[in-house]
Amino acid sequence: MVATTNAIEAFGLVKRFGKTQALAGVDLTARAGAVLGILGPNGAGKTTAVRILATLLRPDGGEAKICGYDVSEDAYQVRQLIGLTGQFASVDDGLSGTNNLVMIARLLGMSRADSKSRAAELLDRFELTDAAGRPASTYSGGMRRRLDLAASLVGRPRILFLDEPTTGLDVRSRNEVWSIIRGLTADGVTVLLTTQYLEEADQLAHDITVIDRGKVIATGTPDQLKTQAGSKVLQVTPADASRLAEVADLLAERSGLTPSANPDSGLVSARVTDGALLPLVVRELDDKGIELAEFSLRKPSLDEVFLQLTGDKS
Amino acid sequence: MTPAGYPAADFPVPARRMSPVTGVRNTFTLTWRSLLKLRTSYEEVLGLSLTPVMYLLLFTYVFGGAVSGDVHSYLQYELPGILVLSVIFSTLGTGMALSQDIATGVFDRFRSLPISRTAPLAGAVFGDVTRYAISVAISLFFGMLLGFRIQTSPLAAAAACLLVLLFAVAMCWFSALIGLTVKNARSVQWIGSLIYFPLTFGSNVLVKTQTLPGWMQAFVKGNPITFLTDAERGLLVGGPVATPVIRSLLWALAMFVVFAPLAVHIYRRRT
Repeated sequence: MVATTNAIEAFGLVKRFGKTQALAGVDLTARAGAVLGILGPNGAGKTTAVRILATLLRPDGGEAKICGYDVSEDAYQVRQLIGLTGQFASVDDGLSGTNNLVMIARLLGMSRADSKSRAAELLDRFELTDAAGRPASTYSGGMRRRLDLAASLVGRPRILFLDEPTTGLDVRSRNEVWSIIRGLTADGVTVLLTTQYLEEADQLAHDITVIDRGKVIATGTPDQLKTQAGSKVLQVTPADASRLAEVADLLAERSGLTPSANPDSGLVSARVTDGALLPLVVRELDDKGIELAEFSLRKPSLDEVFLQLTGDKS
Repeated sequence: MTPAGYPAADFPVPARRMSPVTGVRNTFTLTWRSLLKLRTSYEEVLGLSLTPVMYLLLFTYVFGGAVSGDVHSYLQYELPGILVLSVIFSTLGTGMALSQDIATGVFDRFRSLPISRTAPLAGAVFGDVTRYAISVAISLFFGMLLGFRIQTSPLAAAAACLLVLLFAVAMCWFSALIGLTVKNARSVQWIGSLIYFPLTFGSNVLVKTQTLPGWMQAFVKGNPITFLTDAERGLLVGGPVATPVIRSLLWALAMFVVFAPLAVHIYRRRT
């Protein structure tokens, strides 16, 4: 076995469909045992990248290795190491939950008895035991997604590809899927997760690669990305909402930027780069006798980072 | 947050090559899948069984008097044709099922697994043979209820069933090819019908070739469905057997040799 600390390594992946350039030279690296979040808007090329890494699609250029095995040359080996949960739940509607999982287990070479017990174990783990005998077509969206996840785990993959695993799920189902993914990482499974939700990447990913229009536009840990965006956000809420304008003026004067004041929430926020500004602002507010309900300095949300990264170029 | 991490060698070294036994096992598993769906879908069983019944009732009682003068003698003529008609049309289901498997992402899952690349297709086809057999059995059984009599021998009748099944297995690769190339199951039905209707009705399944206009006779006489129907008539009610059977088998072989590898090739290449 090739010793490697990166479970997934891809260099310069290129893929075009007709005139559409889906990937224009994408590099990806996932550390073994970590969750790599691929973040990007619709049509950024996330799914194409996953399909290439999962051996479903051949790249037009570049190369990708899974645990040291080339996705094009050693596809059979790669398939023994990966699990895939697609963007659209790819369970067999006509089969029951149990039979869906037994089928995969049998395909992976398990005996009839082992297949049944593996299916029962996974159905139990994903709280589908009550619906085990029902056809998957009768499942709710969240149940289907869980069954789909279970199906991708039958063979105990070392690398798991999750293509937008929570798209279209309600908050409760989403949280369930999140906790499943956290559980997998605890087992040492490397997860590559695509998502359009910044919150999801922030919650689950150790590393994030942001792609837009087939290109990587940023990489790093969630914290690095937030810091990379530079400034922090200062938020001030005066106790007396009528003094909002005064606060805004003061912040504008001190930070040199135009703060945004929201009369509805009674909140003024401004981007600041200099931390030394804070005591100054507090003192002046105090001098003016403006009582504060809230005063905070925070890193920008990933949303703000993301918009900053992708938005400017459109 | 730091990842849990695991030593790089903490997974079994994957096998380099697939053993042929795996391929056979995979095909069995996927045949099981196909049959399981048949067992759990009442609509499908109902459709499969009632279609030949409907054909028989409609064609026998609507055309019987006009074509043969009386219903009974038409039934003797037409039943082998209905057998062919029912089975050939049921092969469309193969393409529709494949198309659905592609659309729903089930095939993507299969393709991400370390399994034989031909098993999903072969399994689907093997499962469908059972469907064709049901169609043959119902056509024959219901025909006999209406008064059809086998005028040859049980052995010849068995050969008739086997021949039409073989032909269907060859033909379903054509259907699979359509299923793998068009967008969705609905398109399979449309395109399939556009090809299947002239092919089946433009033959001697329902009427004698001599009654047709000259240009149509030319088409009918070259149509493989005509050979198959002739063979079925020979084997079930008597008449020449050798030539139509050999021609049907050759056509079946030709279709299999052309369409099966093409379907497998497209399946492997697709996406």
